[in-house]
Amino acid sequence: MIALLLRRFTGLILTLVIVSLLIFTVMDLLPGDPASIMLGTSASPETLAALRHELGLDQPLVLRYGQWLAGLLSGNLGNSLTYGVPVAGLIVERLAVTLPLALMAMVLSMAIALPLGVLAASRRGRVFDTIATLFSQISIAVPAFWVALLLIILFSTMLGLMPAGGFPGWGAGLLPALQALVMPAVALAMPQAGVLTRVARSAVLETMHEDFARTAVAKGLSSSAVLWRHIVPNALIPVLTMIGLQFTFLVAGAVLVENVFNLPGLGRLALQALSQRDVIVMQDVVLFFAGLVIVVNFVVDLSYVAIDPRIRKAV
Amino acid sequence: MNKVSFASSARCIKRLSLGAALSAGLVVTAMTPAEAAKTALNLGMSVEPTGLDPTIAAPVAIGQLTWQNVFEGLVTIDQTGKVQPQLAKSWEISGDGLTYMFKLRTGVKFHDGEAFDAAAAKFALDRARGTDSVNPQKRFFASIASIDTPDAETLVLHLTAPTGSLIYWLAWPASVMVAPKTADNDKVMPIGTGPFKFASWTKGDRVELVRNGDYWNKDASAKLDKVTFRFIADPQAQAAALKSGDLDAFPEFAAPELMSSFDGDARLITKVGNTELKVVAGMNNARKPFDDKRVRQALMMAIDRQTVIDGAWSGLGTPIGSHYTPNDPGYKDMTGVLPYDVEKAKALLTEAGYPNGFTFTIKSPQMAYAPRSAQVMQAMFAEIGVTMNIEPTEFPAKWVQDVMKDRNFDMTIVAHAEPLDIDIYARDPYYFNYRNPAFDALMKKVQETADPATQNAVYGEAQKILAEDVPALYLFVMPKLGVWDRKLKGLWENEPIPSNVLSGVYWEE
Repeated sequence: MIALLLRRFTGLILTLVIVSLLIFTVMDLLPGDPASIMLGTSASPETLAALRHELGLDQPLVLRYGQWLAGLLSGNLGNSLTYGVPVAGLIVERLAVTLPLALMAMVLSMAIALPLGVLAASRRGRVFDTIATLFSQISIAVPAFWVALLLIILFSTMLGLMPAGGFPGWGAGLLPALQALVMPAVALAMPQAGVLTRVARSAVLETMHEDFARTAVAKGLSSSAVLWRHIVPNALIPVLTMIGLQFTFLVAGAVLVENVFNLPGLGRLALQALSQRDVIVMQDVVLFFAGLVIVVNFVVDLSYVAIDPRIRKAV
Repeated sequence: MNKVSFASSARCIKRLSLGAALSAGLVVTAMTPAEAAKTALNLGMSVEPTGLDPTIAAPVAIGQLTWQNVFEGLVTIDQTGKVQPQLAKSWEISGDGLTYMFKLRTGVKFHDGEAFDAAAAKFALDRARGTDSVNPQKRFFASIASIDTPDAETLVLHLTAPTGSLIYWLAWPASVMVAPKTADNDKVMPIGTGPFKFASWTKGDRVELVRNGDYWNKDASAKLDKVTFRFIADPQAQAAALKSGDLDAFPEFAAPELMSSFDGDARLITKVGNTELKVVAGMNNARKPFDDKRVRQALMMAIDRQTVIDGAWSGLGTPIGSHYTPNDPGYKDMTGVLPYDVEKAKALLTEAGYPNGFTFTIKSPQMAYAPRSAQVMQAMFAEIGVTMNIEPTEFPAKWVQDVMKDRNFDMTIVAHAEPLDIDIYARDPYYFNYRNPAFDALMKKVQETADPATQNAVYGEAQKILAEDVPALYLFVMPKLGVWDRKLKGLWENEPIPSNVLSGVYWEE
């Protein structure tokens, strides 16, 4: 067990190093120079050279990579080229919006999808199943940003019930902050809920045909006991994998919804840094996303062990 | 039975009226202080500035937030585009145009209490023109040879050559006065002499300014206690924030197609003004076939400017015939020089040796006006047998690299934001690759005099050359689309310089 953990952990670190190298080279290959973006179209070559020197962009690639890695190891993520403030602070500020948003969307999509998927599978082919399938198809097909726009038009512009966008900050109190996140969370959750409903439904259907399910039925257990005690727990593995994937997707992929609701989240930070070629911010944010994916995968793997005794024994 | 029901309904009415009176009272008490003391403003901007020091970075958004609000210059530019005194109360220019003597105001203090005097002014200018300066407009200060400060209120600039635009340039955001002690920190914590003080910056969301109680100019003191600049990139989100009352004003609303959605709104008004943003389709004048003037003229004549404006910017905008806006001094309408004429355009192409047209590529940035204009132009060029491919080119990063730096392009399209930047056609290198000694001579002549009438005459000749030579296809001047609360007064309707000047803004009772 400990050997496995160690093995996985070494793999995790190795992956991060490879990812960091990839990010760094890709950033360098991108056309565009942050100094010339900052100075605009009127800057003379000398001014440009002066700024490049000030930002350390005139140093060789290997040296810059080394400095970045050394900084990361000592907990210093560097300063944003364009904002001029430490990147670590920027990321933490943005996470205070993005993480609660992703969690809310996550919980919401699970609350909708899991009961819907399980019940649809247990009533396969009947009206409820058709409705659930229809719901999941529609919510997958409709893009999150469009749902976001509809929500704004209905609840903000027409009814005036909700703020149209922006984030007051947690300092403004729990209620206003949560209120600002409700509509974005709904918009984000809809497509996720659609996907998750499908995965849950098919996982439950598949498990129904397994031997132990047939045995449980043969033992004379009630159909709801078979469903909830035997089938659902065993169907959880693919569902969990999907939830893990979705969580990282929600954190990294909220860019459009953050844009529509004008939320200062991590996705918008990444987008802005990209357009300004703020390489330091880009590198750190992408590495953070990569790290998040790797860690969440790790946690999902661990939870398999916790859920399924067969995997626990194999270890 | 009747009586009872009457009594109960009477009680009911009584209770209702009591409730109504109570709630009305509550509403009144809740509203009165807020209404009477409305001194805060929530203002929207499309782009968040990156850093807040306009003297070390070019993005227009920096000046739009800090210029005139936090930072001030020796001189300033008023609503009509004219230069006015500011921290310098007067100046004298020597007969040979080589010495500028400024008399500075006394008693002016930076927001941290440091005094503004000749030494501070010299510091700010030396910082902008020094060897390791990263001022985006360093060329403004290129002719300054040395700076003297005979006393605390006198600043003397010695020039190497007459520079007729110097006073105008000193009014720009890139020339504002920064304080010796705090300049290095202005990027994140700007400290100037203006009517507003920087309060906080929540990155990705807002910047807050508060009233400067010690402002030197009592006539122009801020009337608002607090201004919150909120950054909203998405046009739909901008409109929603305005309609829901989250924002009081959006001086530069980004989506012309949504302007009519504010019609009939009881609270909001819309104002269409002028800007300095010239939308031009620049050509690579060093590359075939654009090195042939007849080809450039043919392309210009193939374009109906009004149709471009209708297609790209919902009909809001002013057609132009050269690189000059109606706001600029000495403006001449040049749209008649090469008017829309398909037959003439075809004839010119045949004359140049392209009877069957040719094919080229336009590098179009992603800002809404660019691809929309390009699509309209594409259809118009097809009329004269010319095929234009549209290549989306990310702005600023890839565009600056491909067009500005490498000059690897046939045609591009971009809105030039700098006021009075007609001299870009005399700059070498500049992305048009345009060479015309006669034009260069005119630009030199502008600098040799500080007399506005002479300058205007020269600018007139320069406009004529560009209109005939068309190093770039001149399309239209962007409108300033303002949307704000009816009760809000004093916002600028036109924009002679990219700015949101807030000292004169107030809420009408």
